[in-house]
Order: sequence, then structure tokens, then C-alpha cells
Amino acid sequence: MENIPESYLKYTQRKVFIICLLVLATALLGIYAINAGSAELSPAQVLLTLLGKAEGRLNIIIWNIRLPRVVAAIVAGVGLSVAGCVMQNLLRNPLASPFTLGISQGSAFGAAVAIIALGAGSTHSTSADAVIINNPYLVNIAAFVGAMATTLVVLFLAQVRGVTPEAMVLAGVALGSLFSAATIILQFFASDVQVASIVFWTFGDIGRASWRDLEIMVVVTGAALLYFMANRWNYNALDGGEETAKGLGVDVEKVRLAGMFVASLVTAVTVSFLGIIGFIGLVGPHMMRRVLGGDHRFLIPAASVMGGLLLLASDTLARTIISPVVLPVGAITSFMGAPLFLYLLSRGYGKR
Amino acid sequence: MILSVDGVEFSYSSRPVLKDIKFEVNRGEFFSILGNNGAGKSTLLKCLNRILKPQTGTILIEKEDLFALSSREVARRLGYVAQRYESTRFTVFDAVLLGRKPHIKWGATARDLEIVRKVLAVLGLEEFSLRYLDELSGGELQKVVIARALAQEPRVLLLDEPTSNLDLKNQFEVLKTVKKAAREQNIAAVVVMHDLNLALRFADKFLLLKNRTVFACGGMEIMTPENIAGVYGVPVAVERLASIPVVVPL
Repeated sequence: MENIPESYLKYTQRKVFIICLLVLATALLGIYAINAGSAELSPAQVLLTLLGKAEGRLNIIIWNIRLPRVVAAIVAGVGLSVAGCVMQNLLRNPLASPFTLGISQGSAFGAAVAIIALGAGSTHSTSADAVIINNPYLVNIAAFVGAMATTLVVLFLAQVRGVTPEAMVLAGVALGSLFSAATIILQFFASDVQVASIVFWTFGDIGRASWRDLEIMVVVTGAALLYFMANRWNYNALDGGEETAKGLGVDVEKVRLAGMFVASLVTAVTVSFLGIIGFIGLVGPHMMRRVLGGDHRFLIPAASVMGGLLLLASDTLARTIISPVVLPVGAITSFMGAPLFLYLLSRGYGKR
Repeated sequence: MILSVDGVEFSYSSRPVLKDIKFEVNRGEFFSILGNNGAGKSTLLKCLNRILKPQTGTILIEKEDLFALSSREVARRLGYVAQRYESTRFTVFDAVLLGRKPHIKWGATARDLEIVRKVLAVLGLEEFSLRYLDELSGGELQKVVIARALAQEPRVLLLDEPTSNLDLKNQFEVLKTVKKAAREQNIAAVVVMHDLNLALRFADKFLLLKNRTVFACGGMEIMTPENIAGVYGVPVAVERLASIPVVVPL
């Protein structure tokens, strides 16, 4: 019989290899995405520009328009996917995601309040100029506050009232519909342009992020990734059930509360800058769970890269499919995500 | 003596579950906790590794106060197998490696992998090592969970009804493994059980729980028809069949 630690090491090396392949695919797709569009660039020009060896026009297009968009897609995808991955583990629920926990709806409500009540005004779009936001920072901050308010209510229920993880998801659903209703009422009293702005904001648009927004997103997402990786053994223990985890010395309540807070923070930052982008937090982790298994030592990096790759692919598709019109990326992720998700479910969960 | 429990009381909010529990477990012993449903068996087991915190009483593990230890230190001394566990998308090897968690600082070392290999060999799980848990049968899964607790290298193994979902063959195999591990590694196994005949067959000592407190505690001598009838409320006969003690309800 083959030496077990040896065959086990081979098995873990295979996981590392798959993660490396995904990173490579993301990098290649990134170059293609910078390249794709109406400026008629060649991949060689893109590489030269990234290395700092190109002249003016290329520099502007690539550094100010294309590259921020690609980086934003990857960072947002990583953040949303890893947040979903950790939430599904902490709440013992495969359906836990930013959307099912009401975080997205909370941020939409926050944005709506900023646009209507606080007069942050009409919205600005990278593709359609009809709507203009006078004060994007106010909208970002209000959306962030809305998202975090939802999270804090759910965590408060869990901590103070002793609500179970199962009930936390239900509480999130309830809060989500509460915020949706509140947004609808606000819209009812708003002007045409304001309603258009809110609807446009909720679409989710990768092109909204400036380099400054990106700095914040990268720092928050990076710090969260490190935090999650430091807790990977705790998450593995939790996968075996709450009592098993406690038997292995895990302070389950503390790990859950802190993990949910960090995951929500990443989501809130991403959503408040880019708007609502659905399904990445579900599809990314579940795909990698099928392929690599549930070991968080490998699942956390794999789900992160997969999320970045998926969102970058969605955004590139959104930009190119009926170019020069840029479709809302949130619609594309749901369009691609839902069938993919159904396929995974029919493949995976029936076969127990 | 490896585990010593004295004056332990526990209540959920204001509902008392355990009153004045006192017993001792020795090295190498298979110690069985018996009693009716709701007698507090599982609660007692969870108090022993601090999943639940008793309101009063002392628990000493190798003469150290359990409540003065960190949860990581507790997990290095006591391995716990819950009544319910989830079959997730982990390979058998990874699931058992998880038992090394209380000893692991950042990453698993070669020594950790070697311990896992040995435990898998002891339980005859080598051929399954790279299979996913959700592809295993109930008996195999139960062995994996016990393997995880053994990989923890605990002083005391706590098992909550380890045979409740198993067929006859697996019941015997699992309990034999536990008994052998306790003997050979000179540790103790504290096992909550429902099946009196399996308890009589494998346990060295018995703790009978009734009405939230200790009814009787000791070796074979306390497993009399009177005591068993007193705990379970059913008249029984204790006979020997091929020199194996058996309990038969009358």
C-alpha cells in the first residue's frame, strides 16, 4: 500500500496547483480585459504600458480607465466570494451570502436615503450620462452605514438574544425585505430622476471605482483575507459541527461574531462603492467546495481567486457583448450565476 | 486516578440538570455512564470538557483544575466525540488531521501527519484516507470521528453514545477500539451508553444516573437487578450467557 502521508501530500499539491491555475487564468483574462474595447489596443501594447514603457494616449486609457476597472472587478470578486465562503461556514448554512443576510438591501436603502433625503442627487454613470451623482461620497457612506446597520442588528440578535445561526439567516431575510419595503416607500415620494438614480445605483457597476476607492477596497479586502486565513483551522473545526469545534478548543461564539463582522465589513465596503452585485458570494465558494472540498486552508484562497475571476469575466462580458453599450454587471453575474448554481446543485447535493 | 469529579452541579437557566455529582476515573479504564433519557448523561459529559460550565463543583484532570486551563489546553487533554456530527466535504485524512488542531500553531507538521497516519492504521481506515466524509457509511464515519479524538492525543476520551447508529458488527468494533486505546495508551474513556448489554460487556466501571444525581457508581458489583430496576424503572434479570453477563427486562 502506498505511503499515506505521501499520497496525502500529492492530494494537497493538486489543490495548490488548481489555485495557481486560477490565478494564471485571472491574470490572462485581466490582460484581455484591458485590451478589449473600442480603443483598438494590442496585448503587447497593454503589457508595455503596464511595464511603464508606453506613450501618452495609451497611458491614459490603460491607467485611468481600463486598469482600475479590472482591479476593481478582481478585488470586489475576491471580497464578495470570500465573505460568502466564511458566512456559509459560520452560519452552517449553504445559502448564507451578502444578499440573503440583507446586507445588500440595507446598503441600497442607505444609498436611497442619501440620494433622496440628503440630496446627494442624481447619479453618475460611466456609460449613460443621463443621471449624475453630485456627491458620490455621501452615497457611499450612507450605503455603508445601511449595510453595517443590517449586520449589527443580526449580530446583536445572535449575541444578546441568543438567536441560533439558522435563525440569523432568517433574521437577515426579514431585515432585507424590511429595507426593500423602506426603499420602495422612499422611491414612491421621489422625483423621476431620483428614482432613476436609485435604480441605477442598485445595478452594480464596476466602472464606478476610482483609484482612491480602490485603495480602500484593497486594504479592507486584504486585511480580511489575512484574518480569515489565520482562522482557517477554526472554520474547519466548525464544519464538523458546533460541539465538535468546542471539543477542539474553539471559542465558537467569539469566532462566529468576529468572522461575521469582518465578512460583513468587506461586503459593505464593496457594495457601497460598486452597488449590488449578486451571486458571486454563492457561486464562487460553492464551485470551489465541489472541486477542492471543504478544507478552508485551500478553500479560502481558492474561493477568493474564483470570485475575482468570475466577476472579471462577468464585467468583461458586460462590456463587450453588445459593445459599446455596457450592461450592468449585477445582471450578468445573476444571469451566469443562477444557471451555474442550479447545475452545481443538481450535480452535487442530490448525490449523498 | 486521571479524572476526579466532586460536587458538580449544573442548571440550564433555573432548571437544575445535575446535582452533587461525584466520581473518579482511573487510567486505562472504560468508564460507562448509564441512565434514562433526560437523566443528564450528555450534560455531564459536556461539563467534563467545559462545553458547559457547571455552576459549582471541581473537576481535576491529572490533578490540574479544569477551570484554570485555557480552552486549547482543555482540548489537548480531553478528546470529545459528540452525539451529532456533520458529514461534510472533508477527506477522512483532513477530518482526522483536525484532531491535531489543539496542538497546531500555524501549519500541520510532519509529526502531525505521522500521528494521523498511525491513528488511521489503528482504526483500519487507511484505504478510506482520501475519500470524502459524505461518501462514507455510518459505521465508517463514526470511526473517523473517534480517530479524530484519538489524534488529539487526549488523556481522557469522552464519547457520547458512540454506537447509537451502528449495526452489531460496527458496535463491537468501535467499542473494542475504544477499550483497546484506553488500555494501550493508558488513558481513560468515559462513554455515555444506552445499551446495557454493551456496557456490561465492555465497561470496567459504571456510573448510574437517576433524577439528576448519582444513583450508584462502581464495578460489576453495582450492576445488580435491584440497582438497574431502580434506575430504569423496569424489573430485570441479570444472567450469564456463555459466561457473558446479560440484562433481560422481565
